Order: sequence, then C-alpha cells, then structure tokens
Amino acid sequence: MERNKTKEQTSKEKATPKKQESQTGQRQAEAPMEHTAQSMEVNGLNAYYGGFKAITDIGMKIAPNKVTALIGPSGCGKSTFIRTLNRMHEVARGGRVEGEVLLDGEDIYGKNVDPVQVRRKIGMVFQKPNPFPTMTIYDNVVAGLKLQKRHKKGELDDIVEGSLRQSALWDEVKNKLNDSGMSLSGGQQQRLCIARTLAVEPEVILLDEPASALDPMSTMKIEDAMLELKKRYTIVIVTHNMQQASRASDYTGFFFIEDMGEPGQLWEFAETEKIFTRPERKETEDYVTGRFG
Amino acid sequence: MAAGQLESGATASDRRRKLMDKFMTGVAYFFTFIAIAVLVWVIAYVIIRGISVWSPAFFTENTALFGDGGGIYNAMYGTFVIVLMAIAIGVPMGIMAGIYLAEFGDNRLGDFVRFIADTMAGIPSIAVGLFMYGLLILIMGWNAFAGACALAILMLPVVARTTEGIIRLVPGEIREASLALGLPQWKTMLRVVLPTAAAGIITGAFLAVARAAGETAPLIFTILGSNFFNSNPMEGAMAAVSLYVYQASSSPYQAVQEAGWGAALVLLLFVLGLNFIARAIAFTQKQN
Ligand SMILES: Nc1ncnc2c1ncn2[C@@H]1O[C@H](COP(=O)(O)OP(=O)(O)OP(=O)(O)O)[C@@H](O)[C@H]1O
Ligand SMILES: [Mg+2]
Repeated sequence: MERNKTKEQTSKEKATPKKQESQTGQRQAEAPMEHTAQSMEVNGLNAYYGGFKAITDIGMKIAPNKVTALIGPSGCGKSTFIRTLNRMHEVARGGRVEGEVLLDGEDIYGKNVDPVQVRRKIGMVFQKPNPFPTMTIYDNVVAGLKLQKRHKKGELDDIVEGSLRQSALWDEVKNKLNDSGMSLSGGQQQRLCIARTLAVEPEVILLDEPASALDPMSTMKIEDAMLELKKRYTIVIVTHNMQQASRASDYTGFFFIEDMGEPGQLWEFAETEKIFTRPERKETEDYVTGRFG
Repeated sequence: MAAGQLESGATASDRRRKLMDKFMTGVAYFFTFIAIAVLVWVIAYVIIRGISVWSPAFFTENTALFGDGGGIYNAMYGTFVIVLMAIAIGVPMGIMAGIYLAEFGDNRLGDFVRFIADTMAGIPSIAVGLFMYGLLILIMGWNAFAGACALAILMLPVVARTTEGIIRLVPGEIREASLALGLPQWKTMLRVVLPTAAAGIITGAFLAVARAAGETAPLIFTILGSNFFNSNPMEGAMAAVSLYVYQASSSPYQAVQEAGWGAALVLLLFVLGLNFIARAIAFTQKQN
C-alpha cells in the first residue's frame, strides 16, 4: 500500500519537469534540470561468488538527489555491493544475491523484474574507462538509446550535447564527435562513459572508483560534474580518496572486513560530516584518519 | 659497490652460461633459416616451373589431360564456384557456432560441441570426401555442391573455434558497459561484441577458406574432375584447380605435366592472396 503511494507521488513529480523540457524543446541542452530522483533501500543483503560469501547483511538507505560515498579497505566488498544495486553482480561467474534492494519501494530482485529494465533506471560507471572501441564519440553517447526506440536525428543531437555538457566534456569534443572514442585521454574517456550513462536518463548513477585511473585535474572535473548531477540524479560512488568522499558526498558508508575470508560488512553509515569528524566505531576512525587501509 | 659486485661476477660458470646462450641462439636462428629457406624454395620452384606455361590461352581454354595440354579456364571457374559455395555454407555456420560457444558454451553441451569441433578439425580431408560421396554422390551423381559441402565441413570447426577465441578476447569491461546501459544480452552481442571482434573473425574465416581452397582429396570423390566447362554446380562432374594439378601430375604427357605446374602456380597465388588479405585485415585492425 505504502509502496504504491510513494511510487505515484514520484511519478507525478517526475512528470512535471519532463513537460517543461518538451516545451522549451531544448532538452537538457543547458545545465541539468532539477528533478526529484528515486531513492533506494537495501535490506538484509548478502552477495556470493559461487560458494564464497563476499558481503553479509547489508542494510542502507540511499537518499534521493544526494551523493552517497562508499569507502573501505581493498577487498571488503564495495564493488560487489555497488554491483548488486543494479543487478550487475549476477553477470559475474557464480554471482548470487539474497535480500532485497528497493528502488522507490519496488524490489529490483522481485520475481517478475527484468534486470535489463533495472539497469536502464540505475546506470553504472566503471573503474576503468570502457568506451565502445568501434564507435565514434557520438555513437558512444547514444549507444544505450538508439537501439531502444526510434529517435529523430535532431533529438539525438540534443541528447548528445546535453549529456556531454552534464559530464563536462562537451567543450573538449564538440568539434570531433565523429572521432573514435578511443582517441580521447583516459579522463575524457571516463567522462564519455558518464555521458553515455546519462544519455539513457537513469534515476540512479553508480560510480565504482571512477577517478582512480585519472589525474587530479580529471578527478576534479568529475567531482564538479557530480555536484551538478545530484540535482537530477541519485548518486552512489565508491572511492579510495578520502578527500573526494568528504568533499563531494552527503552520506558515507564504511565497509570493513573483520578477518581474511570473512564477508565484508557495512561497518558504519551516516552523514559524511559525522563519519569524518565523529565516527562511532574505532575502525572507521582509524580508516578515515589514514591510520590503516 | 653494487656495480662492482656485478662486474666482478665473470666467473667460469658465467662464461659457460654466456657461451651456452650464444649457442642456443645460433641453433634457433639456424632452424628458422632452414624453415624459411624451404618455404622460399617451394614458392620459387613453383613460380619458375609454372610461369613458363602461362599464356592468354592458358586462362581461356579448358583443361585437357592428353596431347599438348590445355588451359585451366573450367578449373578456375570450378574452384571459384566451389569455394564460394563452401564459404556460404561453412562460414556463417562456423561463426554462429563460435558465438554460441563463447556466449553460452560454459556448460556440458558447450564442452561437447568443442570436443566434436576439435575432433572434426583432425579428420583427414579424404574421409570427409568419402562421407560426402556416400551421403550425396550415390544419390545425386557427381556434383560440385557435394564438393563444396565437403570443404565447408573442413572449414566449419576452424571458423567456429577461432570465432570463439576472438569473441572471448573482447574485454569483459566492454560487455559489462553495454549490459549496464540496459542493453539485453543479444543486443550487446550484436552491437558491441561482434563489431569489436569482427576483424579477427574475418581474418580467421579467410585463413580457413585459404586452407580449404587448396584441398584436393575431398574433391576427388565429389566433383570428380572434368575436361569440359560445366556451369551447373548441382549436376555433373566439374573441374577444380587443385584437383587438376593432382590429375595433371599423373599424366604421361609432358605438356600436361607442364600445364599442371602452371595451375599449381595459380593455386599458390590464390591461397597466398587470401592469406595476405587476412593478414591485412588483422593489421589494419591493430592500427586502430
Ligand atoms: N568475480 C569474482 N569472483 C570471485 N570472487 C570475487 C570476484 N570479484 C570479487 N571477488 C572477491 O570478493 C571480495 C570483495 O571484492 P570487491 O571487489 O567487492 O572488493 P572492493 O571493496 O571493491 O575492493 P577494491 O577496493 O580493491 O576494489 C574479495 O575477497 C574478492 O576477492
Ligand atoms: Mg572495487
């Protein structure tokens, strides 16, 4: 009952900005529109690789239009967790999930839910930039769209420009949209991957260490883009960079693994400010102050 | 200090090791040289023997297995038609099988198909010819289609296994990127994985075709060979260049044997050409 109500509300909220867009006819071409994105909630989540339990009993509320950062030592299950949020975990060999993950109240692991639809609503950017090597910059951006329904050429042009602006790449590539995506630098490739994800207009964007392979300038650009993006999307980001987490996020989850071979746990979850200034658990404090990890 | 340690290390055992190093390198060079020399020798010999019989008439007249020989017009037509048909049958099937193995073949059935393919690749080509003889020729009479089927069977496992290998080389990240955009698995395959693997797959197909184009044994029991021009691949014996080389070589007529060398040169250049195209495709892909 309650679930349905929330759903209706959000879909109404969603409808309004869309209408404005079509009136101005300039969809996203400027800074991202304000838009109430959907929230997520995770309850009692376990994830396995075959017989190996990688994370256990994770519970978390992911607030809409906020940046939620996930931090923790290597191998504690951050990537595993973020991949369970859009059903990419099951793509891995032996990938299996227990528990529930709600998107606006609806379980994405529900019986009749199509993972393909889930991934359209919850986009993902990976650690290593991975543009499609055979496609141009333009085609990379529309790769997720073009195939879904027929778009007019002008419409596609708008989407490409809008998405590239949102990912802060437009000015650098506007004169070479027909070059190969591989011709870009690593940082540019990563922003191209972000643009590609934005183009399908998801509700939530998951980023798994998007800047770990990039120089500080590119990292800054991605962070800036993120602050813009949260006006429109719900964002979850895995990062090893404490400054990045404290600067760019609203909530922070600290993942920790007690012993080798044990599954990772969500050790502490709170507002970013609290995690970084007065964490409740000792391990969290040790980690954010750089005493281990 | 450290540098001194390294320099003063020229003991007897070090010298022995260096000598051994030089010796083994020399041996490797020597055998490489022999292998290449043999190859060059074969090619040069075929060119020298073959080029002398080339003339405009050689390419416009039909084969003759007696008297002063003839041309290879009908044989070239036969090879062309048979190889084309074999490609049409074998390559798409092989690519499909390769896609299946790479995408859905991580199970018992996949292992079974792989086992069959690898076994098939090892079957002597004459056995495939005999098989087609029993299957088609006894019913239809001599025909080129059966020959093409035999060549297709020879190409099939090679194309399937190279396609599988190439598709598996496509980085998982690219596949994941596509899935994460909400593209279903088959679209990911068609729009992202296959284009990325295309050059490799085509290269593999060309190599398999080049291999099959030179085959003689499977044709003996299927197209039989003929000294007449037969345009109909579904009916009647047909000539092919490889088969003609074989038949001409056992002719008692000197002139026919010479014509066989001319045909061998044509076949050699055809196969080398296919190989060259395959490498060129692979090379341009690497450049990108
Ligand atoms: N595809 C896989 N198959 C089997 N085990 C895996 C797989 N991927 C990860 N694991 C295991 O799951 C555990 C959690 O890995 P995960 O990649 O989620 O950690 P992480 O927190 O993202 O680490 P990092 O910070 O190094 O990226 C590790 O013990 C890892 O070895
Ligand atoms: Mg990780």
